[in-house]
Formats: sequence, structure tokens, C-alpha cells
Amino acid sequence: MKKASFLTVAVFGSLLLGGVALAQEKKTIAVSIPAADHGWTAGVVYHATAAAKEINAAFPNVNVVVKTSPSASAQVSAIEDLSANKQMDALVILPHSSEELTSPVKAIKDNGSFVTVVDRGLTDPTIQDLYVAGDNIAVGATTGKFLVDKLGGKGNLVVLRGIPTVIDDERIKGFQDAIKDSGLKVLDIQYANWNSDEAFKLMQDYLAKYPHIDAVWANDDDMLLGVLEAINQSGRKEIKFALGGNGMKEIIEKVMANDPVTPIETPYPPSMIKTAIYMTAAQFVGQAPVRGTVKLDAPLITADNAKEYYFPESPF
Amino acid sequence: MSETTITVSETRRSWKDVDLRAVAPFVALAVLLAFGTIVNPNFIGIDNLLNVLTRSAFIAIIAVGATFVISAGGLDLSVGSMSAFVAGTMILFMNSGAVEGNLAMLATAMVFAMGVGALCGLANGLTTTIGRIEPFIVTLGTMGIFRALTIYLAEGGSIAMRAPDLRALYRPVYFGNIFGVPVPILVIIVVAVIAAFLLYRTSFGRHVIAVGSNEDVARYSGISVERVRTLTYIIQGLCVAIAVLVYVPRLGAATPTTGLLWELQAITAVVIGGTALRGGVGRVWGTVCGAVILEVVGNIMVLSDLVSEYLIGAVQGAIIIVAMLVQRSLSRRR
Repeated sequence: MKKASFLTVAVFGSLLLGGVALAQEKKTIAVSIPAADHGWTAGVVYHATAAAKEINAAFPNVNVVVKTSPSASAQVSAIEDLSANKQMDALVILPHSSEELTSPVKAIKDNGSFVTVVDRGLTDPTIQDLYVAGDNIAVGATTGKFLVDKLGGKGNLVVLRGIPTVIDDERIKGFQDAIKDSGLKVLDIQYANWNSDEAFKLMQDYLAKYPHIDAVWANDDDMLLGVLEAINQSGRKEIKFALGGNGMKEIIEKVMANDPVTPIETPYPPSMIKTAIYMTAAQFVGQAPVRGTVKLDAPLITADNAKEYYFPESPF
Repeated sequence: MSETTITVSETRRSWKDVDLRAVAPFVALAVLLAFGTIVNPNFIGIDNLLNVLTRSAFIAIIAVGATFVISAGGLDLSVGSMSAFVAGTMILFMNSGAVEGNLAMLATAMVFAMGVGALCGLANGLTTTIGRIEPFIVTLGTMGIFRALTIYLAEGGSIAMRAPDLRALYRPVYFGNIFGVPVPILVIIVVAVIAAFLLYRTSFGRHVIAVGSNEDVARYSGISVERVRTLTYIIQGLCVAIAVLVYVPRLGAATPTTGLLWELQAITAVVIGGTALRGGVGRVWGTVCGAVILEVVGNIMVLSDLVSEYLIGAVQGAIIIVAMLVQRSLSRRR
């Protein structure tokens, strides 16, 4: 008897909830991201699509639409189209460039949409309701600290940097600050444009130039792949560490396998887009307040916590 | 009668001219080698030099193909993207496991890559000749197409060889050596020898030069300009495929950035080597030398502590221009 009444309540309750959900109008979250043109953006596309699928399945009253754009101007047109064609309750955007996207996003904000900005900030931060980003300074700093600890505070390093951008500058600055007061010496630092082929060449040249290198830091995993091949080919044994950054799955696999030369990784995870989409959805489905700034940390990934950052299905 | 005499004497004079111009890139290379040694003694170490020569293989082989296209008066901007596309499809083919046995698989994959390269070249050639469109525009278009197809196949990420034993079997094609000479260097030599034979010793080669010097005259002489041009693009495609065969075992992966700007490096190598950008003159060995010069310049930049990392591009550009000046001043001398 008791059981039956409980069941009734449950059925009645779910009917009621269903009714509420039906009565509620459907909320649309538009997600605008760069098209996949290298590993990291491919990860962004993967995670955004996954988040859209999961949220659409879990919450019938939320509709997440993902739109990718190959350039800043295409992204401007894309968000204009999105806002013209249907009512948009929220926009989650990873801008191609800060300058070009600022005023189009402001127009959407003025229409009453909730705006979530991911990774690259707009030039006017008052536009965003929510800002989700990683910490590039921490990517460099975490790696730097690890090397200071493991090398006992002294040794010779070579560094490969990416494409001259704020991202690259911040990573390098974080790294240099972290090793500043130690005996670690950066023998050389050059651009390899986040490209594995260029990194391979540069590492070969470093190896020819310096007879003794204790550790290499490539500030991105694509470059690390080239670095590892070059070290492998040279047969040099004195290099204790070759580290990257970003969280590419091939490198995470090395960390999980306790690789002696690449035992750690620092994330700048493309999955931050997923964090942003879920948080944006939270205010519609749970009325949870989300306005503010979220800075995802770049903690040390070791064999113990590598699983958390491992996405075998992702292209990155 | 008198006309014939004039032609002969002109040919003789230009012979002298040709000789010096052919030697000029090698002189520029020698100057660079001396400069590199002064900057850092490690530069002239045999390991470093072999590394640099090996690395120059991709651009050298592609540029040999470009020598044909350019001396026939054409241009191919799509070679960098084509490299990425051929590499991507080749790796996907190897990952598909379509053929039993690693060695058989590797051999089939190589033939497959050559086929894809030849087809890409054929597409460029036919669109240029039958469509009568400027090669600059056609290959600019296919450059975008090949690049986008690669990105599509890779879903923006990278296409990596999956089977580790196949990878291990293939690795020596880049990293191995025969009697101490790295395999890629041997590949450059073989490709260049065949190309030199084709260009200098066959009627096809003479047709290429004729079409490049003067299309109308070539046509009136009964040369099928369209056929010759199309063939040069197919040769270019095959050269790209050969470069890819050497490229894939290095990192075992193709990414959307594979071969980025290789077209410009290949064209630069061709021009440094003494081939005229307007067509009509082709120098295979000069081209190979040009590719080596480009790689040596990059190497010297890293080995020296002369310039800040921010200015490397500027100095590289300046060195290339100076190398061209050396070359031109030599060729003007009588």
C-alpha cells in the first residue's frame, strides 16, 4: 500500500515536472568556434560537439547549436546569421580574434543574449557575462617548477617556442619566472611555430650546437613529437627530460606509461569549451548563477591523474 | 646563310654564359659553408652536414619537379598542400590494413602514394591546359583544395601511422643509411639524375624548354604544348609523392601544417638554382643546390648567436638575396 502510493507520487511528480518543462520555452545556446585547422582547435570542435550532444539529450528544454568558422570574418557572419534566424538565449564564443569579434558580440549582447567568452578575451570585457579560460602562464610555470625540482636546481635547457602571440609569450614568461632564481640556464630559445617538422629541424640544430643538454621544453605537444624524434635519431643519452604542454592524447599516453623522458604534462585543455557550454546551460536548467570569470588551472599531469585529461576519441 | 652564322655565334656566346650561371649556385653554397664554419665550428661537423642535407630532401625533390613545371612556363603553388594530402592518404591507406604482410603493405602504400601524386598533378595539368586558366590561379585553387581535404581527413588533428611494426619497418627510409650516406640523400641523387637525363637528353626535355621559351614557336614546330605542359605537372606530382615517401617515416604523421609554405621554398630553390621563372631555362642540379642553400641558411641561423630569435626571418631573407646577387654577378662576367 505504502509502496503503491509512493509510486503514484513518483508518477504524478514526473508528469508535473514534464508539464513544467513543456510549458517552459525552449532555450537556445549558440556555440561559435573556429573550424578545426590544427590539433588544438580540432579538440575544441570535438568537445563542443560532444557537449552539445550530451546537453541536448539530458535537457529537452535546451537546444545547443554548434557552428564552426574558418576565419574571423566568417565567424562574424556566422553569429550574425545565428542571431538573425532564431532567438538566441546564450552565445558561447571562442573568438578568432579579439578585435574583429568585439563589436558583433556586443550587438548580440545588446539584444539580450547571455554571452560566454572562452579562451581569447574580447577587447571590452564588460560584454561578457561569463569568461572561461586556461592559464598560459601556469603552463610555463608548472613545467619550470617541475624541472627545477627534478634537476636539483641546475642544468642546461633548450626551449622551443611557438608562433609569436600572447599565448606563446605568456607560456615563456611563466617558465622563465619559475626558473629565474634557480641554477637552470636556458642555452637557447627559438621559434618553431608549433609545427612538428620545424621542431625536428630546430632540435637537430640544438643538438649539433650544444654538446650537453639536460632538458628540453617545447611549449606545445606538436613540437614535442618532432623533438623526441630528433633526440632519438641523435642517440644522445644525457637529455633527462623532454617536456611539452597542451595535453595531446599521444603525450598523455606517454605520461600514463611512466615514460622516463616525458613523465609529466601540463594541460591547456581544449575541453574548456565544454566547461563553458555546461556552465552556460546550468543557469537555464538549474537556475545556478554562473556570471563571473573561471580560470582553469594548469596542474601537473602525472601518471596518477592522467586519466582525467585523456580523451582517446578526440582527434587531439 | 648569313642567318645561320649569327645563330651559331649567339649559341656559342650563350654557352659561356650558361656555364657560369650553372656554377654560380655552387659558388654561393661554398661561400655559405665557409661563413657557417666561421660562425660556429660545429657547423662543418659531418653529423650536422648530413642532417642538413637529409632535411633538404623534401624541398630538393619537390623543387626538381618544379624545375620542369617552371622551365615549361608553368607554375605550381599547390605542392605543399599536395604533400600533406598525399602523406595523409598514404597513412590512412597503411592504417586501413588493406594488404596482408608489412613489407607488401609498405610497397603497395608507396605505389598508392605515387598514384595519388600523379593524379593530383594530372588534375593541375589538365585544368591548366584544357581549361586554359593561368597556372597561378589553378594551383592556388588546388592548394586550398588539397589542404582542406587533408584537414577534413584528419578532422583537424593529425593522421598518424597506427601499426608500430610497420612504422619500425619504414623508419630507415628517413633515418637509415647505405655505406654511411643517409637514404634521403641517395633519393635526391637518384631523382636528380633521372630528372637531368629527362631534361637534357630526351626529346621531351627539349620540348619542355621549347614550350617554356616560346609557346607559339613550339606549337608551330609541331610540339603538343598541352601534352608537354600536362606531363610536367604529372612529373611534379610524382616528385611530391617521392618526397612524401621520405617524409612520412620521419614523424610517422601528417598534420594540417605538413608542407606549409613548401611551395614557396621549392620555387625559391628553383630560382636560386638558375632556372628562369619566366620559363625556357631549366637547371636540375642548380635546383638541388638551391634547396641545400635554403636549408643551410636556416641551420646557420640556429647555430649562430649573431641574431635574436625575432630577426631570424629577416636575416634569412637577406642571405637569400645576397646569394642571388653573387649568382647574378658571376653570370654577368664574361
